[in-house]
Amino acid sequence: MKLLFERSRSGRGSTLLPACDVPAVDFDQSLLRTAPPRLPEISEIDLGRHYTELAKQTHGVNDGFYPLGSCTMKYNPRVNEEAAALPGFTQVHPLQPQETVQGALEVLHRAETLLCEITGMDAMSFQPAAGAHGEYTGLLLIRKYHQSKGDTARTKIIVPDSAHGTNPASATMAGFKVVSVPSNEAGGVDLDALRKAVGPDTAGLMLTNPNTVGLFDTNILEITQIVHDAGGLCYYDGANLNAVMGHVRPGDMGFDCVHLNLHKTFSTPHGGGGPGSGPVGCKAMLEPFLPAPRVKAVDGMYSFDTPQRTMGQVRGFYGNFLVVVKALAYLITLGKEGIPEASAGAVLNANYLMKKLMGHYDMAYHTLCMHEFVMTLQGLARDSGVTAMDVAKRLLDFGIHPPTMYFPLIVHEALMVEPTETESPETLDQAAQAFLDILAEAKADPESLHHAPHHCPIGRPDEVTAARDPILRYGFAE
Amino acid sequence: MGSYIPATGEERQAMLQAIGLASTDQLFDVVPASVRVKALDLPEGLSELEVSQEMAGMASKNRVFQHVFRGAGAYRHYIPSIVKTVTNKEEFLTAYTPYQAEISQGVLQSIFEYQTQICELTGMDVSNASVYDGAVAAAEAVFMCQERKRSGVIVSGAADPQTLAVIQTYCESREVPVTVLPVDGCATDPAALKAVLAQDTAAVYVQSPNYYGVLEDMEALVAAAHEAGAKVIMGANPISLGLLKTPGEYGVDIAVGEGQPLGMPLSFGGPYLGFMACKQAMMRKLPGRIVGETTDAEGRRCFVLTLQAREQHIRREKASSNICSNEALCAMTASVYLAAMGPRGLRQVAESCAAHAHYLAGELAKLGFALRSGEKPFFHEFLTSSPVEPEKLRAVLEAQGILGGLPVEGGVLWCCTELNTKADMDKLIAVIGEVLGR
Repeated sequence: MKLLFERSRSGRGSTLLPACDVPAVDFDQSLLRTAPPRLPEISEIDLGRHYTELAKQTHGVNDGFYPLGSCTMKYNPRVNEEAAALPGFTQVHPLQPQETVQGALEVLHRAETLLCEITGMDAMSFQPAAGAHGEYTGLLLIRKYHQSKGDTARTKIIVPDSAHGTNPASATMAGFKVVSVPSNEAGGVDLDALRKAVGPDTAGLMLTNPNTVGLFDTNILEITQIVHDAGGLCYYDGANLNAVMGHVRPGDMGFDCVHLNLHKTFSTPHGGGGPGSGPVGCKAMLEPFLPAPRVKAVDGMYSFDTPQRTMGQVRGFYGNFLVVVKALAYLITLGKEGIPEASAGAVLNANYLMKKLMGHYDMAYHTLCMHEFVMTLQGLARDSGVTAMDVAKRLLDFGIHPPTMYFPLIVHEALMVEPTETESPETLDQAAQAFLDILAEAKADPESLHHAPHHCPIGRPDEVTAARDPILRYGFAE
Repeated sequence: MGSYIPATGEERQAMLQAIGLASTDQLFDVVPASVRVKALDLPEGLSELEVSQEMAGMASKNRVFQHVFRGAGAYRHYIPSIVKTVTNKEEFLTAYTPYQAEISQGVLQSIFEYQTQICELTGMDVSNASVYDGAVAAAEAVFMCQERKRSGVIVSGAADPQTLAVIQTYCESREVPVTVLPVDGCATDPAALKAVLAQDTAAVYVQSPNYYGVLEDMEALVAAAHEAGAKVIMGANPISLGLLKTPGEYGVDIAVGEGQPLGMPLSFGGPYLGFMACKQAMMRKLPGRIVGETTDAEGRRCFVLTLQAREQHIRREKASSNICSNEALCAMTASVYLAAMGPRGLRQVAESCAAHAHYLAGELAKLGFALRSGEKPFFHEFLTSSPVEPEKLRAVLEAQGILGGLPVEGGVLWCCTELNTKADMDKLIAVIGEVLGR
């Protein structure tokens, strides 16, 4: 496929602007760039076709099944998109007088109220722009809290070895040292290891529940108690909230703060890697430290407010506002009954698909799962040489986005499958059949699977060369 | 209530049976009974029609101004029709981060094109695939400059206050000292910078055009910083780079900025786009996703996420940043915008912004709104005094559908773009003239 720059022809382009109606500014030559940027010069039709071609080489949720574990690739409702495109939302300046943006403040306030109820938290900030950004913000809350108590010795954050990579990375950014605790054979937190890990230097624990192997940690109340008894706080990574929303709340499990991924659990699209939204919720004792500004409601009027001991800002303005608009549309659509029904559907779909594959593929854990399950292809790799990567790549030929590969790190040859609730039983049946077909191929012709996919626009890319001799921009070889 | 679950009640029952359960409740038996939710205190769900009306109702409570003379970090520009057409394509909208290159060439190539355009715009060597916004880009850049014996950052006081605030938050948690330079006549004084540069200064952050629209004396500032062995991070308005000297030409080490003006609507502050580009030597310190070119087994050109050894999913607590999701669709928006504009179009936008701002500054000066930056060159924003109480002015302007300049310490901060035509500016001047009784 040609690049934009390869389609460029000098002198082409669209007439987008009228001639300027006031005299030009005579800037001193020393202030001007010496050569124009080599931006493409393209007619509108060629530009349109360029992106249509790119779209054809992109697999979104609307193109097919997307069981990407821990990413919650559920359907992105159109009505949400329509709401977020309303001029009343897109055409308002973030620094307009507050009386002129009451609707926007209402969006933030209502979303906060609904999400606090779902998570069992008391307050929330929408400033973080993504999940990892939310983690960072949540950890700063914990840091500020201990500092406010004069407790400067609490420098460590405990993270299970099954955690997503952003957890330890966020902890480092927030100025903490990371203590990794091992998982037990059931994939949960090893209580003895946790008891040994906590102490007067414990600032807090970061945990997803259900965890990254798709299992609900039944010891959760004991876990949060151990951390609290040691004087630490508990942070809930909301990456897997789609499994349990409406059935159990992080706040009731003993968590003190939480981040959500609106682009996972609350149906806003991933956009090929963003924009997301990672709001942070917390219990009342952490509220004074939240990022500024926050929205408060007094007598039906909304206004901005700066929390008493705010950590400051983690991003400009109020976060990815339009993403919050979409999530709010989703929240009021589902409501009281729809929220628990969605998570029940997610768990049901995961168990149904797992059941269909059980006995053919090895499951990492032999119990009911939550919204996702992890298979281990270690046996298959040993017997046939076919790896998790090979199976994943072959799935592409079936029009299915592969499950998450080689994660969590504690399971070898892992494939992590998360169907979400928005897939029909027949989609799950077809996917199961594809998995079984591939297994048959693995036994009959393992060599062919090493070269999968066979029917995609490209084969497996040479990633080693890409990293060794990086080409990160077009070369303009003229 | 609304629902996006396709399976009917009967189908769900059959699925339950298949896994050996009688009810969905049993799926949650692992949750301790003491904390099982009985019923959430939420309103009943709604039909699509009701949701649509409800959302439209909230949108209607926001005032959309016909004329906007306010910037301060968020800019209203003309957005070519093709931009929205492209970014509304469902393939792009509903895709995940392009880990699976074989079915993600569209997104990957668009990021590669974006990276190239950002390099061209800024005059730098390498760009990442975006970060959350301009303020975060500046903060992340500070951490690219950390060395064993150099940690501190000096920040121009004429930078956007929100950028400054975010840098302060990010630096506090990692105990990086921040020094804010005083502002002199809406600009950074190179002598003041020289006075605070020290052996442990890692980086200097300067924004140009700065918060007050003024073009900083970049040559002097860069020379002073480099002489002291510190890196320079320059914040730039991407529209201005269609016309003005680039960060690369000034010799800075990292260029960052807010990409919102490149085709993104105001949207009450987000989603926006943080762009980051640097010199080749700092490539492996860039945070976030980066797309690179390679080939597949048959030698076909293709694109992949690369240099992943920097990232959190490989390096965990030793990663250069925790960033995972970025602003991919916003980067694509900027890319389409830049492709639609082309070099001439972008220059025209920049020239038009500057021309309008200078015309307005001249007209306002006649009414007694004195330019606070004196003779210093400025782009499309400027700070003036206000001969009338800004609050009083505000009400009158709003009644005319005008969002005026932003009241800030020291006066009013005005902004013009290509959308503020001469006729609109003359109307603004007439309205203000009436308030002043002229």
